[in-house]
Amino acid sequence: MSPSARKLTADVALAESAGGRSYVFTGAWRHETAEAMAAKLDGLASKGDGAAQFDLSGVTAMDTAGAWIIRRFMTRIAGPSRDDIHFADGGQRYVELIDALPAELRAPEKGSERLPLFQRIFAPVGEVMVATWDDVVAAMYILGSAVRGAQLKLGRHSGVSPAAIVHQIDRMGVMAVPIITLMSFLIGAIIAQQGAFQLRYFGAEVFVVDLVGILQLREIGVLLTAIMIAGRSGSAITAEIGSMKMREEVDALKVMGLSPIGVLVFPRLVALTVALPLLTIIANFAALIGAALVAWGYSGITIPTFLARLQEAIDFSSVAAGMIKAPFMALIIGVVAAVEGLKVGGSAESLGRHVTSSVVKSIFVVILIDGLFAMFYAAIDF
Amino acid sequence: MSAIEKRHEEDQATEANGRESVLSVRDLTVGFGSNIVLDKLNLEIYRGEILGFVGASGTGKSVLMRTVLRLLAKRAGKIEILGADYDKITEAERIALDMRLGVLFQHGALFSALTVRENIQVPMREYLDLPQRLMDELARVKIELVGLAPEAAEKYPSELSGGMIKRAALARALALDPDLVFLDEPTSGLDPIGAAEFDELIAKLRDTLGLTVYMVTHDLDSLFSVCDRIAVLGKKRVLVEGTVEDMLACDDPWVQSYFRGKRARSIVRHDQ
Repeated sequence: MSPSARKLTADVALAESAGGRSYVFTGAWRHETAEAMAAKLDGLASKGDGAAQFDLSGVTAMDTAGAWIIRRFMTRIAGPSRDDIHFADGGQRYVELIDALPAELRAPEKGSERLPLFQRIFAPVGEVMVATWDDVVAAMYILGSAVRGAQLKLGRHSGVSPAAIVHQIDRMGVMAVPIITLMSFLIGAIIAQQGAFQLRYFGAEVFVVDLVGILQLREIGVLLTAIMIAGRSGSAITAEIGSMKMREEVDALKVMGLSPIGVLVFPRLVALTVALPLLTIIANFAALIGAALVAWGYSGITIPTFLARLQEAIDFSSVAAGMIKAPFMALIIGVVAAVEGLKVGGSAESLGRHVTSSVVKSIFVVILIDGLFAMFYAAIDF
Repeated sequence: MSAIEKRHEEDQATEANGRESVLSVRDLTVGFGSNIVLDKLNLEIYRGEILGFVGASGTGKSVLMRTVLRLLAKRAGKIEILGADYDKITEAERIALDMRLGVLFQHGALFSALTVRENIQVPMREYLDLPQRLMDELARVKIELVGLAPEAAEKYPSELSGGMIKRAALARALALDPDLVFLDEPTSGLDPIGAAEFDELIAKLRDTLGLTVYMVTHDLDSLFSVCDRIAVLGKKRVLVEGTVEDMLACDDPWVQSYFRGKRARSIVRHDQ
């Protein structure tokens, strides 16, 4: 029914006679003609009001849009009661339709007043502060319940479910191995190539081994792995818990006497804490292999030379400095994801918003923590 | 002039004869893999009637409705809606045809990110060329028509009760003044008073808007009070169709136990 296919027409005419005013409606009173007819009726309404006769016998079609503008017109000229409007014979079913519509629309209450400028500036700032503090409290609550909540159970088993934890380790750890390996291999190779290229000017190409070794083991390895896991598993945790919250599954757990945090959050938190350090080790190996291959191909540093140099450059503290950070980052990713997941409301939009903010917040906090650790290590000379 | 528009003009003419077929399903076969759900099913709905559709769980009531709405593919058969064969019309005609159908999904299927008013206006915005003010008024008229409070207009679906969601979803189904409305268990999950009100509402809208209603329901009260005709689905086809009396006279064991069971008997007794 494209508009061009056929032009629907409608009309209304005002006839004044000794018996009073009479409005004669003709044609198709449908949504196609509603706009023009609404304007025409607006013009007629000013020509007086009070009792009138309506003749619908010439109407060929009518939908709610057409009926509504006639109903609105009736209220306009004769008030909400329709006693003063007399319908002529004909078009009885259109009269029924018009009668079924409300005489006027009750306006919904609008409670939004304009706030003073001072409030409009500072209220959002305060809201953000309160929301941030609430997030911190919720994160502490989840962390605390995860440590303790797993035992708060009256059932036969202890709260810890090994199957769930192993399943989560498989999903978050084992399945992430290929992408983490590939990413770290490339990162190691890129750092080695860039480092060798710059150090070549000083004739100190062999120090590229020190550069890659220390940078990868202390900082890059754990940081990039954590960021990758925040994007890959953090978002999954938020989406899973969020959609369970949306469909009242979390409430179902609660009324069964199970702690949602113990059942849902604890296995994921444990799995992340186990998986992230292991993934970091894999990432470190992959990056060093990538660097060794580039050093060999690009700078002619043979693999034995690379290994010998690496042994001199790094010691236990380099490895430990990176690895110590991994469980902390895992906990942060898991807790932030769980907090966001439990904040999901009723709509699909809210789920999307919280998944996004889960990833953004956990990456931000991971980098923040990395910076704090760097300052701490510098202070204790580690 | 398209086939559908011709139909539109003929609407008035054929209405006088009554019994104009709005939906006609011929030899419809639907299956998934090796599992045939519907086998050579025939069904006819006439203009202005309310057809109640019943059947045991898992007999394919939803599959039939989804196939008629083209959400599922059919294996064989012919479906004619409002006189147009879906397989033979162009894409533009299909869209025009969809405008004349309204669907109330079982769980409402309201868009959760939009308010009730915006939900009702989704099809209006897409298909109607109306000024915003008139569209707002029309949305509020529909909200009043289905018996919701005006305050509900600016609420999100997650803030509504089950009964309000059904009403809001009905308002959205009626947004474009459809000719044929599909209702999937409209009264399930409503209290008996709310369900009775909903039945009355459907009957009233049928009378005033000239709707034809295809209603999948398990609510015996609805079947007895508002449905003009009842069709029973079973054994991959329509077992029996007709009035309540025809159902009571049918000797199929499932139909017997459905319409002559304890719960049904009490309603029938009250009616008589």
